[in-house]
Amino acid sequence: MTTTTSEHRARQEPSPPEQSRLPAVPAWRRRLWPYFLAVPALAVTIFILYPFALSAWYTLLDYAARNTGSVSVVGLSNFQQVLTSATFWTAVRTTLVYAVVTTAVETVLGVGIALLLYRASRIGSVFEKVLILPLMIAPAIAGVLWRLMFNSQFGVLNHVLGLGSFDWLGSSTALFSVILVDVWIFTPFVAILVLAGVRSLPREPFEASAVDGASWFYMFRRLMLPMMWPYILVAVIFRFMDCLKIFDHVYVLTAGGPGTTTTTLQIAAFQNSIVFSNYSLGATYMFLLWALVFITARYLVSVLGKAQRRAAGAED
Amino acid sequence: MAAAELMPGQRRFTPAAVGADLLLLVWFVFSLFPLLWLVLLSLKTSAEQTSTYFAFSPTLENFSTVLSDQGTRLTSVNFLSALVSSVLSCGGAVLVSLVIGIPAAYAAGRWRFRGSDDLMFTILSFRFAPELMVIVPLFVIYNQIGLFDTKLGLVWVLQLVTMPLVIWILRSYFEDLPEDLEQAALLDGYTRRRAFVMVALPLVRPGIAAAALLAFIFAWNSYIFPLILTGGTNGTITVAVARYLGGGGQAYYNLTAAAALIGALPPLVLALTIQRYLVRGLSFGAVKS
Repeated sequence: MTTTTSEHRARQEPSPPEQSRLPAVPAWRRRLWPYFLAVPALAVTIFILYPFALSAWYTLLDYAARNTGSVSVVGLSNFQQVLTSATFWTAVRTTLVYAVVTTAVETVLGVGIALLLYRASRIGSVFEKVLILPLMIAPAIAGVLWRLMFNSQFGVLNHVLGLGSFDWLGSSTALFSVILVDVWIFTPFVAILVLAGVRSLPREPFEASAVDGASWFYMFRRLMLPMMWPYILVAVIFRFMDCLKIFDHVYVLTAGGPGTTTTTLQIAAFQNSIVFSNYSLGATYMFLLWALVFITARYLVSVLGKAQRRAAGAED
Repeated sequence: MAAAELMPGQRRFTPAAVGADLLLLVWFVFSLFPLLWLVLLSLKTSAEQTSTYFAFSPTLENFSTVLSDQGTRLTSVNFLSALVSSVLSCGGAVLVSLVIGIPAAYAAGRWRFRGSDDLMFTILSFRFAPELMVIVPLFVIYNQIGLFDTKLGLVWVLQLVTMPLVIWILRSYFEDLPEDLEQAALLDGYTRRRAFVMVALPLVRPGIAAAALLAFIFAWNSYIFPLILTGGTNGTITVAVARYLGGGGQAYYNLTAAAALIGALPPLVLALTIQRYLVRGLSFGAVKS
């Protein structure tokens, strides 16, 4: 509505006479125009890159709150200290287990929910509207909500499930529980992405193979899955990358404990840099996590590119 | 629309269809029960908060307590001030991102200029970079230059959340906009700037609204930035809600639930208004529906 009126206004504007050709703007000005538009964003980018670079510089120092007066360059000894510490490798393992399990569960459930919602169904169309609710709540607030439910004495989960005083956030159960909360929040993310993907698929191949008498499973395996794969991969990339740097709801639920059972890399870095005020050590943790994220991203994006090309072939 | 269509070979009211609906039901019980529970808990009195489950006498008192001085005295969390701080700093962050991001998104969506891809991917990488990598140096810098625990400091650091979202979503909208309209405007004697402001901008207005609201939601929901870069006076809503369970002393689960509900409501309402644009926004323009 509003767009048409403004278009209308644009057309009614009296055009200056003798100027039916493009206005004579010098070529250099025309070429500079996009740069001019992008300069503010570039400035912000540089201002954000500055702390990034500073963080990388910290890894080479012995910068901590206790010795701000006499900071010196210590070379790679931070890396040596971190890479030889058991705490770091425990955090790496926790992070990887968290990321792999969470992403796998959410992908399977998300694709399943998307396929169930894609079927015509009364209940489905009602559910679809409320599907995203957990996704839109702040993960930190979701953490608070689940901590109330997990409470072993009067939490509602133990009451409803009849589990007595089951300890959801004990040392053997905490990792499972924080993954459960992640699944609760983020499975809808996978589901709505995949659902949008499934809906955008062409119908002809399915109709053709239905006429040929192909089974539902055959159609799913040979047609739907290859064509859906790029959408699934986009969701997997987002989830896996976010899980590697997971912090919010885990910190609220357990603060990394009990012990170090849910100390992911970003929580470990938080403890080193903010709680113990050892900025250099925290920065080193973060730098290594960043490297892990970067390598994973490069790999997953190349897989996505291949899948997109293959899906384009499958649709021909 | 598409939801009403049957898949090829699918029939209504078969045992399989009923089974599928049951499976969906299981998920939605799991998905919605915690939210229902949050509402119930927020309606309980302090006397009933730990002794009852589903049968109790509901009251709305918790909401007014949370927002009042009395709630601050009881829990030592100044919720109202956190609410104000969240509204101002998130609104400010989105505004800055729009003013700076819209021209850049237009430039990158319309032209391929030298370095445009590098700039776009650097901005996208902010979305995936571990937050502490930026926060640790900023924590040191903010303490030195007096930006610690200020709204300005928050607006600045929240650009990491809002800027990539705004630029990437809007770039995909500008890319979809046919160039002919602006060309026609140029032929009518418009300058480039007027063609951008009067022709291109109004056409992507739904995209701008969706990007702005989604950016606001994500800024509102962010936790690690305000957790570290604010103290007592300018902490945001997520920090405040989490603090209800933090300290010692008596726990007020009912007040916690009321606060959590107030904090969760704005994103929920905003998300439902932009549901059509959500997929495109959440995937940074990668999936268009």
